[in-house]
Amino acid sequence: MKTILRFVVALSSTVIALPATAALNVFACEPEWAALAQELGGDRVSVYSATTALQDPHRIEARPSLIARVRSADLLICSGSELEIGWIPLLLTQSGNPRIQLGSPGYFEASQQVARLEIPKAIDRALGDIHPGGNPHVHTDPRNIARIAPALMERMAQLDPANAESYRQRGKSFLERWQAAIARWEQQTTPLKGVPVVVYHKDFSYFINWTGMREAGSLEPKPGIPPTPSHLAELIDQMKRAPAKVIVYSPYNSPQAAEFLSSRANIPAVMVPFTVGGTDKAKDLFGLFDDTIARLLVTVK
Amino acid sequence: MHRKATMALAVAAALGLPHAATAQTQDELKALREQVRQLDRRVTEAEQAAIQASSRPASESAMNPAVSVILNGIYSNLSQDPNGFRINGFVPTLGDVGPGVRGLSLGESELALAANVDHNFRGTLIASISPEDSIGVEEGYIQTLSLSYGFTIKAGRFFSAVGYQNQIHAHAWDFTDAPLANKVFLGNQLNEDGIQLKWVAPASFYWDVGVEAGRGRQFPAAAGAAGPRNKNGVGSGNVFTHVGGDFGTGTAWQTGVSYLSTSPQDRTFEDPTGTTNSFTGQSRLWVLDGILKWAPNFNPTYTNFKLQGEYFRRRENGDLTFDATGAAQTGGFTSTQSGFYLQGVYQFVPMWRVGYRYDRLNSGNSSFSAPLNAADFPILAAYNPTKHTVMADWSPSEFSRVRLQFASDKSRSDVTDHQVFLQYIVSLGAHGAHKF
Repeated sequence: MKTILRFVVALSSTVIALPATAALNVFACEPEWAALAQELGGDRVSVYSATTALQDPHRIEARPSLIARVRSADLLICSGSELEIGWIPLLLTQSGNPRIQLGSPGYFEASQQVARLEIPKAIDRALGDIHPGGNPHVHTDPRNIARIAPALMERMAQLDPANAESYRQRGKSFLERWQAAIARWEQQTTPLKGVPVVVYHKDFSYFINWTGMREAGSLEPKPGIPPTPSHLAELIDQMKRAPAKVIVYSPYNSPQAAEFLSSRANIPAVMVPFTVGGTDKAKDLFGLFDDTIARLLVTVK
Repeated sequence: MHRKATMALAVAAALGLPHAATAQTQDELKALREQVRQLDRRVTEAEQAAIQASSRPASESAMNPAVSVILNGIYSNLSQDPNGFRINGFVPTLGDVGPGVRGLSLGESELALAANVDHNFRGTLIASISPEDSIGVEEGYIQTLSLSYGFTIKAGRFFSAVGYQNQIHAHAWDFTDAPLANKVFLGNQLNEDGIQLKWVAPASFYWDVGVEAGRGRQFPAAAGAAGPRNKNGVGSGNVFTHVGGDFGTGTAWQTGVSYLSTSPQDRTFEDPTGTTNSFTGQSRLWVLDGILKWAPNFNPTYTNFKLQGEYFRRRENGDLTFDATGAAQTGGFTSTQSGFYLQGVYQFVPMWRVGYRYDRLNSGNSSFSAPLNAADFPILAAYNPTKHTVMADWSPSEFSRVRLQFASDKSRSDVTDHQVFLQYIVSLGAHGAHKF
């Protein structure tokens, strides 16, 4: 036992200097939170995003590389509301890192900062993969980002007091630019009001709620259950009676089902970035909404 | 809402006020606008509070641990009598290694409870309820949450970190049964009463090092009538290390090596002839494991591929006691044996997977010293078992799976067992999270 411990200590001293030691190591579960942490932290933080826009944040493997990243994280930012329930609990227990455990200041759930939509009245797996805490995809409403940013800013200031002033200043500047952008987007999205939309998965509910669009159906028969031929046939019938104006899907969804419905029901399908990095233009949070709105406006007109 | 309100005010202002509005009305308008804005904010806040409140469970049961239940059932068609199952060339482990019963049967049901105990510990209990109506503790352990520097300690009963598949619960296996190597070297699956210390290195790739000290309650430390080791201190020790990481943007890998050392005392087994034999000595097992998972852009939803393999090598030396007639004879015994399996599982469209596994064991060299005679141990006669397995499964949701499996099992030196399994596995309750 003693020799093994000595061995472990010897090993640790050889690798301990490997990761870059930025002031604050941020592990973001999704690219939108990585982008927000970068906006607030600037060069004072080193941000890693566990997923990309090409991945479904609910279906992620707790890969060894992710455990290694969580091991050295000071702050973990996730959407929460059980979105990451299939992988984050494992990363937490396997990492041996007390700083980012549930209840520690280094554990930040973005969805807990805002009012969630679609909190289920009945909880039963026959309804699909529903989240008891409500819809977790809160970032598709920019007003939610405006609510989450100050809370995250304060959390970063708490964890890294030496740079607290920097976080607050950057946060203030970001929020000013963000509020101005929201005002602009709200004007731009006026034509989307009341527009019936078919979604792939219920990951645009907050965007739909914000812009006043109307959800006319979803390609998934139930949340988390992939589209089935019988459900698509039903949707086609439904579209004949009451056509939607647009079908939206995310970069991580296969376009097949959307294109199928699009050709049969003669409704345009559009891929929207969903998160930062989802399209070339969605380079940051501003680009995310600029491009999402631009793509929808082109299609709806 | 905000925009609507200000718009209404603006319209009212435009209609109701003459062209030349006084400075006073302008001020009033401004004040009104501010009031509306504040009201709007308060309404939003109230809405938010209401939603938050509605989502908060109020009952005491909110503190209950996460509960999940695994149910599985199976139809088996076996060309050979499962009661005569043995793996020739290897010491019987007396574990649950056979192919089960013929016909329709209920598999082992699992009941799992897990929760954080407090800010320091997490507790997990996994009970298995066998179709023969007995309840067993498959795992029951606490795990630290608040140790620093990448250390975690686990204590209780848990699946030993020896090799790869041993740590994975049967319901998450890619095939209905365990590989032959796990059956002969670990008695199907080794769960030890003990303590595990694990350290994750602060590196840019994954690297862990760990050590386990156990009681030695199961094969290879113990089996049969003598039961677990009756001694203070440690009956089995295991050290392991894994490294892992990503290749590019779609391939994740992990490889590890572990070394399990035990000193069995009167570990008994019954030869098919009915003779009871017992072994006392040293048993050392090396396991090399590797796993590779590929999914385009790490998005496994549509297609993914998994390659998994393990190589086992065991050396045992000590004394074997042979008791055929009530007159026990003891002599020296040494064996060096090995085995491996390699399996690939491919999800070609959402919900559907196919897989193939190849198993091979090498009974290696066994030597007996006088007064023992190799002919007295027919089960240990040199033989290299092999097995081919193919399976297809369908998982309509994250919580259910139906599997069809065919195997051609040459565990027995004289016959080939053609096995067909049709199986369902479902999980109820808390959403599980599976290890890589």
